[in-house]
Amino acid sequence: MNSSAKLNPSLFTAKLELVPIRKGFGEGLVDAGKNDDSVMALTADLLESTQVEPFAKAFPDRFIEVGVAEQNMVTLASGLAAVGKKPFTTSYASFSPGRNWEQIRTTICLNDRNVKIIGHHSGVSVGPDGATHQMLEDIALMRVMPNMTVIVPCDSIEARKATVALAKTTGPGYMRLAREKTAVITTEATPFEIGQAQLFRDGKDISIIACGPLVYEALLAAKELEKLNISAEVINSPSIKPLDSELILSSANKTNKVITIEEAQAVGGLGGAVAELLAEYSTAKLSRLGIQDRFGQSGTIQELWKEYGLDSKAIIKLAKSIHMGKSK
Amino acid sequence: MIHTTQELELIANQIRQDIIHMLVEAGSGHTAGPLGMADIFTALYFEVLRHQPQKPNWPERDRMLLSNGHINPVLYATMANAGYFPRSELKTLRKFGTRLQGHPERTRLPGLETTSGPLGSGISQASGMAYGLRMDSKKQQRVWCLTSDGEHQEGNTWEAIMFAGKNRLSNLTVVVDRNNIQIDGMTEDIMPLEPFAMKYQAFNWHVIEINGHNFQEIISAMEQSKAIFEKPTCIIAHTIPGRGVDFMEFDFRWHGVPPGAKDFSGDPPRAVQAKAALERLRTLNGKIRSEHE
Repeated sequence: MNSSAKLNPSLFTAKLELVPIRKGFGEGLVDAGKNDDSVMALTADLLESTQVEPFAKAFPDRFIEVGVAEQNMVTLASGLAAVGKKPFTTSYASFSPGRNWEQIRTTICLNDRNVKIIGHHSGVSVGPDGATHQMLEDIALMRVMPNMTVIVPCDSIEARKATVALAKTTGPGYMRLAREKTAVITTEATPFEIGQAQLFRDGKDISIIACGPLVYEALLAAKELEKLNISAEVINSPSIKPLDSELILSSANKTNKVITIEEAQAVGGLGGAVAELLAEYSTAKLSRLGIQDRFGQSGTIQELWKEYGLDSKAIIKLAKSIHMGKSK
Repeated sequence: MIHTTQELELIANQIRQDIIHMLVEAGSGHTAGPLGMADIFTALYFEVLRHQPQKPNWPERDRMLLSNGHINPVLYATMANAGYFPRSELKTLRKFGTRLQGHPERTRLPGLETTSGPLGSGISQASGMAYGLRMDSKKQQRVWCLTSDGEHQEGNTWEAIMFAGKNRLSNLTVVVDRNNIQIDGMTEDIMPLEPFAMKYQAFNWHVIEINGHNFQEIISAMEQSKAIFEKPTCIIAHTIPGRGVDFMEFDFRWHGVPPGAKDFSGDPPRAVQAKAALERLRTLNGKIRSEHE
């Protein structure tokens, strides 16, 4: 492992803690609210599950319940930002940005307003709610938007840091969160910065670039691959835009074999961003793990990660075949 | 009143002529809406709005948002006449590198409060501003949002109207350009909006209906909206699209085209449409005989 990443020491032990990433966002929002009294929060009838409740209790006059009206929520937020507020909007990603992408495009990005869009319940790990609520296209939707920052934290601790960091930036920002309890991978000491990726594990044969809760699956896979004499490097890339092209390119040019993995469509998300980078600046070979042009479905997180080829077993299988030079 | 009604009518007439000139120069854009709203804009910018054209970012200014961005010729012409920028700049409308983009873009022109064009977002943005301003300033900064009737076919609009009603945003005044037209025809044929006033009342708004070309009614309604404290106010301005140019009035065909672009049966031929329109405006549709141009 890369010691400077200061990862959670109980990462591969039974004591490993599972915490919903959105919980870290809720805590970070309260931190941001304490740091700056122009920070506000809005929700579209999802106060509790978006974890905005602590903020609403701490700063009732800086919280707005807009009811089931996602288009109004983000457009309202652009008006609030026009008069100096720093609003965070919260809803499930399939509704926001899924239903209000044009309002975000026109009144926040083109209009250059300081609004942060938080997309909850992204990925198949939403579980039982099924495809309608499992947003898989949000990274692509937001990444393609000019003037938009896109962050996908890997655990609740990173989500908390990302929320505080986003509150300090001016301009449009998007952060994607998962619903289910997932592994606490990092610690308070793990570095986080918008625009930066982090080397979580050194390796020389293959580079695995991951974001979101699947970073843990990548670390599990790398640990197993070591036993097969395959040295896998693991990079956590929470900042999809701006992408840390320096670190990713240096790793890709070292190993010449790259796997990306994300709980989103393999098209247009982290995989798309890395593919664009490598196509222009590297000869490394890329294989993208992610949702392969499908919608999600109901199930448990492990069942679904297995079904969609996102768990450590799938990574190990792909890494082995790439390493033996047998992959597609 | 700062100006007499006659002065306001002259300013509005000048704005209408500027609209025709800039549309002809641009070769594209919307004619009917801008001409129809010239009186409302004149009343706002020259009589009611709290603003300083030389200091577009003056913090205590009222905020004026145009939701239906496509009628920006009247916004730009009014701003120019009010002193935000030189009138000579009006001829750069819709040209490459211009500050006067096809639809308003806030970051390009000081004095614009927002970016608009895609319909239905104005009242939401205005509500956000009104809500935010009310949180801080004791001063009575007001938020004005001009919107079109056709725009009320968008869901976003009603989400905002519901929100403003619930939150009693009494520092918000919406002016609806009730000109009954939209691109494909008359609103009441395409997607009927009546009973219109009752819809706003049902959403807990104070509603005032006016003749959108009568300065007494426009200004008194705008002043009255400042005195309502438990509700936001909606001023439904009955306007004539194409107002001021007789062959354009009431004609939805003039919604999205500039003078000189198309031949319309019953109208002057393309080549002289602009000249004819300007002549109508100068002579108040032929009432002034002494013109010897």
